Amino acid sequence: MKKSITVIYFALFREKAGINQEVILTEVNSAADLFLELKYRHQLNEPQGHCKIAINDNLATWDAEIDDGDTVLLFPPVAGG
Amino acid sequence: MKVISTEIDIASCSKILVNSRAGALAGFEGWVRNHNDGHNVLQLEYEVYNPIAESEGDKIIQEAKTQYDILDAYCVHRSGLLEIGDCAVWVGVSAAHRNEAFDACRYIINNIKTRLPIWKKEYYQNGDSGWVNCERCAAEK
Repeated sequence: MKKSITVIYFALFREKAGINQEVILTEVNSAADLFLELKYRHQLNEPQGHCKIAINDNLATWDAEIDDGDTVLLFPPVAGG
Repeated sequence: MKVISTEIDIASCSKILVNSRAGALAGFEGWVRNHNDGHNVLQLEYEVYNPIAESEGDKIIQEAKTQYDILDAYCVHRSGLLEIGDCAVWVGVSAAHRNEAFDACRYIINNIKTRLPIWKKEYYQNGDSGWVNCERCAAEK
């Protein structure tokens, strides 16, 4: 069964995707698989290991489960300070 | 940990850490410099996802309090458009002695740079602009 996921893009990813956010239908189960799907969808070249993901406003690991109705924040490599 | 869009008032930040048991206050100021990787930089823009930046920043400060013998710590980070020379981030740590204050301050700023959802866009003299990533920061950690 396909899940409906809201994806919000930040900084470089927002510019590459050309959108702030979108709702996608997907069959992926993990954050890592979702990243891979979005990487091909929007030609995001940044290595997964340098990026971060948050699910429903909580930072998550790449093996975290993606559930129907989740809001996923996709963070490109950070550069605070 | 606070993210603000106005100038950082360092004197006020330091006052938050005043403690009669403290013999040291170690402070770090990150400034906007006019060059990076061979480019002449005119301005910087920080994009911040505040909810997670502040909660993760608080977590880093708690980690520092657990790992080092310090009294308190505080951090402020800017968002928005900054000019050359502006203070982009301030970290302060109070402790009975200086060594623990220095070590904890370094721990906090190193983790602020690599863990918080903060992105930096540089605007160059030649009209270009670009997002800076923090691979070098991660390598230095």
